[in-house]
Amino acid sequence: MGTSIVNSVSVNQYEPICALATASGVGAISVVRVSGARCIELVDHCFKGANLTLAESHTVHFGTIRQNKTIIDEVLVTVFRSPRSFTREDSVEISCHGSDFIVRQILKLLVLGGARIARPGEFTQRAFLNGQFDLVQAEAVADLIAADSAASHRTALTQLRGGFSKKLQLLREELIHFASLVELELDFGEEDVEFAQRDDLRQLIYKLQATIHPLIESFDYGNALKDGIPVAIIGSPNVGKSTLLNALLNEEKAIVTEIAGTTRDVIEDTIVLEGVKFRFIDTAGIRVTQDIVESLGIERSRRAMEQADVVLMLFDSEATKQEVKVLVAGLPKEKKVIWVRNKVDLTTGAPKLPGDSISISAKTQSGLEALKSILLQQVQTNAAQDTVVTNQRHYEHLLKTSQALDEVLSGLDSGITGDFLAQDIRLALYHLGEITGTIVSDDLLANIFSKFCIGK
Amino acid sequence: MFEEYDVIVVGAGHAGCEAAAAAANMGSKVLLVTMNMHTIAQMSCNPAMGGVAKGQIVREVDALGGQSGIISDRTMIQFRMLNRSKGPAMWSPRCQSDRQMFANEWRETLEKTPNVDFWQDMVRELIVKDGRAVGVKTNLGIEIMAKSVVLTNGTFLNGLIHIGEKNFGGGRTGERAATGITEQLVTLGFEAGRMKTGTPPRVDGRSLNYELMEEQPGDEVPGKFSYADTTSLTHQRSCWITYTNQDVHDILKTGFDKSPMFSGRIKGLGPRYCPSVEDKINRFADKDRHQIFVEPEGWNTVEVYVNGFSTSLPEDIQLKALRKISGFENVKMFRPGYAIEYDYFPPTQLKLTLETHLIENLYFAGQINGTTGYEEAACQGLMAGMNAHLKIREQNPFVLKRSEAYIGVLIDDLINKGTEEPYRMFTSRAEYRTLLRQDNADIRLTERSHAVGLADDKRLENVRRKIAQTAELVAELMKIKVAPEVVNSQLDDYRTSPIKDKTTLHQLLKRPQLTMQEIRKIQPQFSDYLDGFEEDAIEQTEIHVKYDSYIEKEQMMVDKMSRMEDLAIVGNFNYDKVQALSFEGREKLKKAKPQTIGQASRISGVSPSDISVLMIHIGR
Repeated sequence: MGTSIVNSVSVNQYEPICALATASGVGAISVVRVSGARCIELVDHCFKGANLTLAESHTVHFGTIRQNKTIIDEVLVTVFRSPRSFTREDSVEISCHGSDFIVRQILKLLVLGGARIARPGEFTQRAFLNGQFDLVQAEAVADLIAADSAASHRTALTQLRGGFSKKLQLLREELIHFASLVELELDFGEEDVEFAQRDDLRQLIYKLQATIHPLIESFDYGNALKDGIPVAIIGSPNVGKSTLLNALLNEEKAIVTEIAGTTRDVIEDTIVLEGVKFRFIDTAGIRVTQDIVESLGIERSRRAMEQADVVLMLFDSEATKQEVKVLVAGLPKEKKVIWVRNKVDLTTGAPKLPGDSISISAKTQSGLEALKSILLQQVQTNAAQDTVVTNQRHYEHLLKTSQALDEVLSGLDSGITGDFLAQDIRLALYHLGEITGTIVSDDLLANIFSKFCIGK
Repeated sequence: MFEEYDVIVVGAGHAGCEAAAAAANMGSKVLLVTMNMHTIAQMSCNPAMGGVAKGQIVREVDALGGQSGIISDRTMIQFRMLNRSKGPAMWSPRCQSDRQMFANEWRETLEKTPNVDFWQDMVRELIVKDGRAVGVKTNLGIEIMAKSVVLTNGTFLNGLIHIGEKNFGGGRTGERAATGITEQLVTLGFEAGRMKTGTPPRVDGRSLNYELMEEQPGDEVPGKFSYADTTSLTHQRSCWITYTNQDVHDILKTGFDKSPMFSGRIKGLGPRYCPSVEDKINRFADKDRHQIFVEPEGWNTVEVYVNGFSTSLPEDIQLKALRKISGFENVKMFRPGYAIEYDYFPPTQLKLTLETHLIENLYFAGQINGTTGYEEAACQGLMAGMNAHLKIREQNPFVLKRSEAYIGVLIDDLINKGTEEPYRMFTSRAEYRTLLRQDNADIRLTERSHAVGLADDKRLENVRRKIAQTAELVAELMKIKVAPEVVNSQLDDYRTSPIKDKTTLHQLLKRPQLTMQEIRKIQPQFSDYLDGFEEDAIEQTEIHVKYDSYIEKEQMMVDKMSRMEDLAIVGNFNYDKVQALSFEGREKLKKAKPQTIGQASRISGVSPSDISVLMIHIGR
């Protein structure tokens, strides 16, 4: 009965979708990916070269993409036939020249041919629906795709390989052992079994919390890796914040003028230093002002400081003691601060700063390398641990696990009976199980039976 | 020779008796077929009902209008409420029964039930027409027709008894095994398996020295199982506790080479939580003693049940080992312990109503489904009997949720997870056990059962009164305030902190140091008022006030999970089309045919990932 075999299972081919698979912007090559039912015919329709509908899986074909007679680009087309593709559907990858314009034209042609633009993560979703991944893996893949820097890549990979799951699994086993001791008291209270002391149980929870808390705390860091570690550049107006940002970015993103207070909007951009992504928040200067628009910008500065993990405090030689005082007063507590003296090319006189400082010239770019390495040092103290939680869902369940464990502790304090302790332990196990995934009560019983002699 | 019945029940153990009584009390014409009219409702194992989790089940059976609770109350010789020191969800009623009285009482109950006929014979075969059970064929060659059939064969299907190196066919010691049904069901496409269970020796109480044992008396104020007006015991018999020792273990070990367990002659898997004594000393070699409960078999008999000494070693070794137990030095044995192997049908082949997926109007209940225990059997019989009756009248099935009853947990576990070893209920199997208490089984279930025609009007009236009185009492407790100067000295006597402002009795009752007894003393007027209420309602009130935060927390979890329970999976969902399911998950789902996502989530081998995939596919 019911012994069907794997190959009786069919892959679902959904409606064809297409999207740019490589990062947008200028690169040598861009790849457009198409996946879904009839997508090979669809691409063949606008491709001049080999007949793609006859092409075997995993073959590459040179040709041109044309709209009617007009050649849009010379391309390489790779054909993947179901189920041997990322989504397990029929798929085509079109490698064209790296130009936003060309990519847009190709996508437009594909849409005209019957495909639609994929929603974010839709390829992964299909891969998941067609059995390519389990849920945790799918979530990790989604993060992997979003990760465009090496450090972020590393966390996504560990998670994918089960590093994260493994750590939680170990935690869970300890907790199950704890739970089964309590359950044992409840279901076999009649019998002469030896129960663990409440003090031992308490120690066990401390141990569990000590393991879970860093995981929870790692979430912020994990998210920072994915989205970039937020860095706020703070300083008086015209101290050179935008120039510094541009120097770091090598791009003219922020508006640079000689008039104090021209940076009205908070501009964000990212740079990758040795695999770590930093997200810079450029801000208007802090000073007392009547200008309402500008005071809004100042308000943003304060918010930026609060969001930031690292604050770059920028001064020039003209900074007065009063200015330093105002800036230091506005600094949120417990932030990592790098004190920077700018414009060292112009003058060397300077006020006394509250911490060790680094001297640079954003304009001549002197001292920039030193600044970058200090930035890296700020985050590498965080990066020591191997498992970092980067997924919102995992984070939430870890948090609730910890919350339930706290309840157990306070239950132990007030001396409530085992059945109520068990209620919170189960809740903790439930939340861990939502990530690692197994049925709680079966585990408890299996553990009880394997370790204790019970039963009349 | 026979007219057509509504329901034929095959087997008259705890499951069969409840099935017959339930269907008949609802109005079906029932035939109870048993191989021996003298062994109706035998307690084949220990002479006791209830216990942790099992006592809750008996209360539920009673609340639904089953008979096990009433019969237990009428035939008990000792009552204890176990786990009194723990929270109310753990309180578990247990009684020692007079084995003979229990069986007699059941037979008389059934004889007094209109619509129940009896027939002594062995059912050899089912009559199946167009995929539907329509009757049975007996050993005498008689064909009896019926609209539905409930099989409750217990350990009788190809039962094989082992004592040492001897083995012989039998359903219980001294009784024949039943043959034919397994073979036919397998031909029809059912999967069958083999299980094993065991029982200890029975000895002569006159040969025991109780002076060397520890007495275990019943409760000072004995309770009872039934919500109906049965009476509690006025006097009780005690049990006795003693222990095995190293000498006992050494003697038992000399029989290991002849043990059917260790020699591999027994193929079936036995329960891990009810291990034979040889299994205990083998698996837990570091323990130098094991507890033995010496249980009287009735009011008058001298026969004694040696609980904790289940064994299938040769009878001479059993006796020699027993004699090394403190108090057993001169013991005389009445019957040796034995192991029994029997056929069961993995319960994943059943629907939530206990009807088989394969054959319509065919129901399985009790040990045939791989369970163990009188209580587990009784409640399945009750549910199968009720559903057999409802189905032939084309009424909605009667199904209990995991959040409603241990019975719901039991059946849901069985049909979704199956069981490899004899399944016994534990409180830890119930994720919402704070709600599934023995004190509120009537509140949970009586109204529902009354609605389908089993629980009678009297029961409904009782539970409604209890609910109303509880609500009134809770409201009153919240209304009455006491002043610090009046009560603080008393609070100090009870070792609980003084109050600063006027405080409600409700607030005071929440304190762990104060029970309703102390509240009565603190506020004598309230005590007089309380006297107008029933004990049940007072207890219910106390539990509600004291534990409402836990009850509420659990209820929130139920509500959260009910979303999954309410997500239906359409009848012929094609799991093969969903590639993302794990191979194991898919196979299990195809076999179990869950009706909801919640049910699917409890099937072993179905992972949370599988559930997410399913939810995506049914459009969530």
